[in-house]
Amino acid sequence: MNDFAHLLDRLAYEPRRNAKLRLLQDFFAGTPDPERGWALAAMTGGLTFREAKPALIRALVEERVDPVLFSLSHNYVGDLAETTALIWPGPDESPDASPSPRTRGEGRAPLGGSETSGSGGEGASKDKAHSESPPHPRLPPRSADDEVGTALSPQAGRGETPAIGHNNPPPSVPTLAEVVETLATTPKRALPQHLARWLDALDETGRWALLKLVTGNLRVGVSARLAKTAVGALGGHEADAVEEVWHGLKPPYTELFAWVEGRGERPESRNPAPFRPPMLSHPVEEFEDLDKLDPEAFSAEWKWDGIRVQLAGGRDNQGRQVQKIYSRTGEDISDAFPDLAEAITFEGAIDGELLILREGRVQSFNVLQQRLNRKAVTGKLLDEFPAHVRAYDVLSAEGEDLRGLPFAERRPRLEALVRRLDHARIDLSPLVPFTTWDDVAAARADPASVGAGADADAIEGVMLKRLNSAYLPGRPKGPWWKWKREPYVVDAVMMYAQRGHGKRSSFYSDYTFGCWREGAEGEELVPVGKAYHGFTDAELQKLDRYVRNHTTKRFGPVREVAYGRDAGLVLEIAFEGVQRSTRHKSGVAMRFPRVSRIRWDKPPAEADRVEVLERILARGEREVAPAAAMEASE
Amino acid sequence: MSQRASDLLTLTREGLYCPLGRFHVDPTRPVERALITHGHADHARAGHGTVLATPETLRIMAVRYGEEFCRARQEARLGERMRVGDVTVFFAPAGHVLGSAQIAIERDGQRIVVSGDYKRAPDPTCLPFEVVPCDVFITEATFGLPVFRHPDTRGEVRKLIESVTLFPERAHIVGAYALGKAQRVMALLREEGWDRPIHLHGAMEKLTELYKREGVPLGETPKVVAADRKDLHGAIVLCPPSSIQDLWSRKFPDPVTAFASGWMRVRARARQKGVELPLVISDHSDWPDLCRTIRDTGAEEVWVTHGQEDALVHWCGTQGIRAKPLHLLGYGDDGEAEPDPGHDPKMEEASA
Repeated sequence: MNDFAHLLDRLAYEPRRNAKLRLLQDFFAGTPDPERGWALAAMTGGLTFREAKPALIRALVEERVDPVLFSLSHNYVGDLAETTALIWPGPDESPDASPSPRTRGEGRAPLGGSETSGSGGEGASKDKAHSESPPHPRLPPRSADDEVGTALSPQAGRGETPAIGHNNPPPSVPTLAEVVETLATTPKRALPQHLARWLDALDETGRWALLKLVTGNLRVGVSARLAKTAVGALGGHEADAVEEVWHGLKPPYTELFAWVEGRGERPESRNPAPFRPPMLSHPVEEFEDLDKLDPEAFSAEWKWDGIRVQLAGGRDNQGRQVQKIYSRTGEDISDAFPDLAEAITFEGAIDGELLILREGRVQSFNVLQQRLNRKAVTGKLLDEFPAHVRAYDVLSAEGEDLRGLPFAERRPRLEALVRRLDHARIDLSPLVPFTTWDDVAAARADPASVGAGADADAIEGVMLKRLNSAYLPGRPKGPWWKWKREPYVVDAVMMYAQRGHGKRSSFYSDYTFGCWREGAEGEELVPVGKAYHGFTDAELQKLDRYVRNHTTKRFGPVREVAYGRDAGLVLEIAFEGVQRSTRHKSGVAMRFPRVSRIRWDKPPAEADRVEVLERILARGEREVAPAAAMEASE
Repeated sequence: MSQRASDLLTLTREGLYCPLGRFHVDPTRPVERALITHGHADHARAGHGTVLATPETLRIMAVRYGEEFCRARQEARLGERMRVGDVTVFFAPAGHVLGSAQIAIERDGQRIVVSGDYKRAPDPTCLPFEVVPCDVFITEATFGLPVFRHPDTRGEVRKLIESVTLFPERAHIVGAYALGKAQRVMALLREEGWDRPIHLHGAMEKLTELYKREGVPLGETPKVVAADRKDLHGAIVLCPPSSIQDLWSRKFPDPVTAFASGWMRVRARARQKGVELPLVISDHSDWPDLCRTIRDTGAEEVWVTHGQEDALVHWCGTQGIRAKPLHLLGYGDDGEAEPDPGHDPKMEEASA
């Protein structure tokens, strides 16, 4: 557990992706099974157990530390796990923060708090925990995962020792395996006693990591993807190769490690509906990019403004249909879309765009987002925001892997599959007919004119796929291109700047900008968004110098710069759309804002007004109208 | 005891004042007669009439403010009793930085000790703290919360050396306060066997030279020349904290930013500053040492000057010791807000 904790600690301070990767690889290479597998599970969100509530932790600390001092410390540090980790009395540490002399008067020497008071209340609770231990042996059948049970038992056994022999307790440092196992099986009442024992045994960093883990707040600045990349690298595999087998595996992933290290077979996917890493495209920056490409070698279709998903179906060994919806990154999102999942009656995998359709019309991304951000999937939500998939491609069908076929052969297979399904929730993304690149440019500029009809507003651009392209995971350069519609642009005034991360940590590279509106005291600038890319390194240097030379106030890492009618820097901001926002004072927020030009020349008084954004927002929301009208008529 | 502590020491606009001796201790504004505990800018300011301090502190003040920093200097020899007005005073080492001292004020068998800033942890660059038994102990509380338990400095310095081994191509830029912390880090690096040059930001140079003249061996400490910055692969470079995120540090090869401070104990603090390698090295007492020192002095009453007063005052209460916060302004910082990088760098060392 301490090794894992120190890894997390180092990751937390490390801003560079490659350095994180190196740290992860070192850890995976140098840590035995099953410990590293549990660590991988912790970093990929694969652990489930009953989380400890903050109140429980607070109560544990207050048995050992004066509550007033603890509360002052918590106010200062701001984070319960970290405060507890720092303040928890170690075996050789001073008792000066312990509750008070009168408690000590009862012979509760804080140094030996856990053992000398064994005859008191705490001892009683331990005995109680003991009488509750019988459920433990019954665990393996319940967990239905023999691997987990057997892999864990030695650790679990070792971990129990101090609790049994608590008269003679050199606290043994728990393994991550022991912690995870115990949390999954311990009755709630015994949790405090286990936690206290672990906290006694761990060092400060270990305590911090443990508390983050048990409270379900283990955010370490490492994506699941990065962790999988590090695992794959142990044996020279790409992250996508790990993704391919991932969904059939369970913590602590011993088969996975055996495979990447060349000690075992590639794990057979026991998942009848596995995730297949999607194929991604490169952007067309300008029309001239297309000059090098032969239009006859390509097929074109709309790029819909929803979320890219994969529908996967198959039969398990009992012959039951398995229905999975995966996000682009392989996250299983089936539970969030039961209305769509039930449409997966086929065996195979479809790549497509998840959209909300009302009365056959594709709704804007704004509408889709209202469904995405909900925790509970209620009947009302399903009725108001019916999920559909517009199919782009087919990756496998009836047990046959189609990814090696050229697009020109996959497309008819997809059309046949969708036709056979004949399900209202799944339809085909139509092809866009064209002869020249000019035709494509015209379609992109005005999708309605080429058959997109009323759905034109939900089109993000055009996709170009080479007819002979196999379906390759990742973003290979050449076969697929995305040509997005022209973004919206506004001129806004820089108001605040913040330092960036990693290589940019010494540059002011994140800019909050505002537009004009009529305020209570006349014309004012209100923040409408924040952007941190779109400029070159050379421009960044100039922007950084500008911020430093025009700072008017500082708030920690944030600087306010001079802005107003006569002072300030105008940034041309490109963005994809506007949403309502409660976070911004202006009430609107942009999608994918970036700096498209720096208008050193433009007077700030001539920057755009918030109303420009409100008009774009209104246009997006009009598409909600059919449903709004429906509700009104009900 | 007919004489009350407040007859010996009281609080004025300028700071602590001894009416019977007609002098201030570490005044924050110019006064006629000042007794100075140590050379940090928040305690030692220019423009007083007479200054009584240890010879090292006087020399530090002369380096920082010029020879004319006051009208008359008077040297205090450690442990030597002196008559000032109607009281007797003596200085005792505080272990904070070179020349730092506690000031004991006595009259009619009563003794008040103003400790200034102090630490109990070993420091190769200054004399260790000495316990002076007293009736009233005036303490700082910069790290006056039980979450502050400073680790062994050797481990922290080793972290730095190990990082250089791991990233031999990257320069390691260590933020450290120019007086005391910087020289202590250098001395600790030498103790751990770092025998290559330690490169210094220009702001560190004069005080480091002074330390060397005072007999603290720090080895080779060249000043960083602007043109050479890009070639300092694997070098350890010391600079004021305000410079670690500055334009200045950018020219080094792929720099690793480290910061040597007691604040680095708290993750959010380190991250806020963009520190990648936090080094918990403090010149102040941690919580256990604050508590231990108060007990060691046997004081019946404790006044807390600056830092996290509330917690320490509360703790004194649980120990049956009378205590009050002085809420002294102008010392250190309120402990909540780090001095903003970029404002007067001399003030930064206050909250080291």
